[in-house]
Amino acid sequence: METILGLDLPTWWFLVIGGLITGYGVLDGFDLGAGALHLFFNKEESRRLVLNAIGPVWDGNEVWLVIAGGALFAGFPLVYGVIFSTFYIPFMLFLVALIFRAISIEFRSKEPWPWWRKMWDISYTVSSTAITLLLGLVLGNLIHGLPINKEHEFTGNLLTFFNPYAILIAFTTLSLFMLHGAIYLVMKTENRLYAKLTIMVNNCSKFFILCFILTSMATLIYIPHMTHQFKNHPELFIIPMVAVFILLNIKRNIDSRKYFTAFFYSCIITSCLLILFAVGLYPNIVLSTTDPSYSISIYQAASSNKSLKIMLLIAAIGTPLVIGYSIFVFWTFRGKVKLTDMSY
Amino acid sequence: MPSVEILSRIQFAFTIAFHYIYPPLSIGLGLCLVIMEGLYLKTGKLLYKEITKFWIKIFALIFGIGVATGIVMEFEFGTNWATYSHYVGDIFGSALAAEGIFAFAMESAFLGVLLFGWDRVHKGVHYFSTIMVAVGSALSALWIVIANSWQQTPAGYRIEGHDLGARAVVTDFWAMVYNPSSIDRYAHVIIGSFLAGAFLVMSVAAWYILKKRFVEHAQAMFKVGLAVAVIAALAQLFTGHRSAHYVSKYQPAKLAAMEGHYDSLAVADMYIIGWVNNKEQKTTGIKIPGGLSFLTHGSFSAPVEGLRATPPQDRPGAVNFVFQTYHIMISIGMTLIGLTLLALILLWRKKLFQQRWLMIVFAWAVLLPQIANQVGWYAAEVGRQPWVVYKLLRTSDALSKKVTADQVMFSLILFTLVYMLLFTLFLYLLNRKIQHGPDIAGSTHDDDHDQYYPNNLTNLPS
Repeated sequence: METILGLDLPTWWFLVIGGLITGYGVLDGFDLGAGALHLFFNKEESRRLVLNAIGPVWDGNEVWLVIAGGALFAGFPLVYGVIFSTFYIPFMLFLVALIFRAISIEFRSKEPWPWWRKMWDISYTVSSTAITLLLGLVLGNLIHGLPINKEHEFTGNLLTFFNPYAILIAFTTLSLFMLHGAIYLVMKTENRLYAKLTIMVNNCSKFFILCFILTSMATLIYIPHMTHQFKNHPELFIIPMVAVFILLNIKRNIDSRKYFTAFFYSCIITSCLLILFAVGLYPNIVLSTTDPSYSISIYQAASSNKSLKIMLLIAAIGTPLVIGYSIFVFWTFRGKVKLTDMSY
Repeated sequence: MPSVEILSRIQFAFTIAFHYIYPPLSIGLGLCLVIMEGLYLKTGKLLYKEITKFWIKIFALIFGIGVATGIVMEFEFGTNWATYSHYVGDIFGSALAAEGIFAFAMESAFLGVLLFGWDRVHKGVHYFSTIMVAVGSALSALWIVIANSWQQTPAGYRIEGHDLGARAVVTDFWAMVYNPSSIDRYAHVIIGSFLAGAFLVMSVAAWYILKKRFVEHAQAMFKVGLAVAVIAALAQLFTGHRSAHYVSKYQPAKLAAMEGHYDSLAVADMYIIGWVNNKEQKTTGIKIPGGLSFLTHGSFSAPVEGLRATPPQDRPGAVNFVFQTYHIMISIGMTLIGLTLLALILLWRKKLFQQRWLMIVFAWAVLLPQIANQVGWYAAEVGRQPWVVYKLLRTSDALSKKVTADQVMFSLILFTLVYMLLFTLFLYLLNRKIQHGPDIAGSTHDDDHDQYYPNNLTNLPS
């Protein structure tokens, strides 16, 4: 099989897609977390400030989801079809939630009426929370494995998705994004709102640590293939250890007002968790609980070598551009949020 | 309950038709914004900055809904059309990925600067962002049209596997990208989008002129819109002809359906208006005898392949639908040429803005390019049936195997409700922004502290 730098092409694409999903988690993660926390802010001015903190960037962040989806379609078309048609109802709800998140941000500021703003505030929080939980649910089910038969067809029903492990992962994702969002907002706010947010970061990190411990235990007990990977590659233990170490440092950073460092660390935590997820799956993407031999590996699902190579080139040219745009936008809107006439 | 196939097709048609209200407007408005802001930088007149700001706000509204409804389209391939996804992923996927990474990322990132960056960046950087947004939106159409054109005229591929496990694999990337129809169809789509945007600008301007509000701003907007529209309307005649030509060459059954031409090999007429009776396989109406023969072969007596040359199971069923949608598109195209030329002549003679009746026409004419864009796609997509990938994969074979009718019914009802709400809100907010109008320096609305143009008051239009 053809290799580049010692890795075969499907593995490269597994990494590219993993990188894109991580990019999405790191970037839209804080938007979604800020959305989930939105109703905890009581004053109109606070709500506007936190909304405008993500105002210029959330759209660009959501693009990572579009690219990740396109990359999965392009790299592993078989899996694209299997995953999306299997999670039909969750994905439809996810799409509707994405629509409501977008229009809540866009429409909230368009009328001054209290009922109008309250309606969009609720819609914003509910949709952001729903997006996060649904993403976590899908992720949890992918780690857990699905009843997939020999023809790569899903044999379960809607209730199959609501197993305790997947629900736990859904809430862990929510706690992670809330923490991530709160830290981002600390970085973007000042005065009393800032003070309120530092308390929020504290609470979110407690919520997250609780979920993190439960998830770690549940994974070790119920997900043997994850444990298996760790047994074979003990060096992988570094990843969760880094996550724990960083978690303990975040509070210290906030206390010493190093917000950017704190935010950087919470980006690393998000990445660590997604890397663990990828490590647990590789070289499979869809695990079958019916019979492990029915699992879909990246080699079965991959597009042709030629196509993978072309797209790797597209990704190699495109990714630096996307990162460049993102840096430009984040740099343009650096510093604390101020409300102007163009604000939401 | 209807079958999964019918429901999935209705859902896809509905969600994409709704989505397609927005991207053409973004593309067209993008170009108008580049012109407006360019005029501002060139002349330094505050008026141009004010209309640019006004249209950026409307652009953002349209763009937001376009994004939200566009993500649905991407995921629907996987949810409802898993077999299709597997079949075309090797080819279609790369175009979709390129769209996301090259075009969509560019638009979304720079839109933030466009909207919130007036006081944050230098005016040159702001203008650069405007250009990037306009280019980005036009580029995203490029990749999507390439992917769709590959479904119409597949090229640069080979088939691997068989039956439902078969898939198309790319053998020549550039042959896939430059498949026989992609360039012509892209030109046709992009110019249709310019028309949609330009007519929106002119519609709003005409309405202000009728109401005697923001008259000076409105006239400036109208001229920008008209400049784009005149050129686009004329160019569309050319790209339309080129598109019809590729259809005649590569999809004769579609062309035959467009003109209701049944005889397998005979002189074909061109209808101005008509009706197709698919049962009796007869078309009646006002026609130019031999017109289609002339358009495709340059001779009024050349034979053209008709519907009967294709076996019934391989040709489109809804012939009258294809015929009507195609003819509505052409009639509108001709109307737009007439309207824009008339406006141009009147503008030349400095009488344009006094013609109340014409302003009323232009206020409503925003619907025309919208309708033409919609029905043009209906003709193209329904005319390709029963194939989803022409002559390679049937629509009925492209479905997700495990998705059931009640699941699709659920999502269809969900999307119908959400999109109705979305459309109502869109019209309401669009109307509100139009009612509010541009923020003009010195007016009560103005709270714009512009640090870069301290002497802008001297530039006020008198």
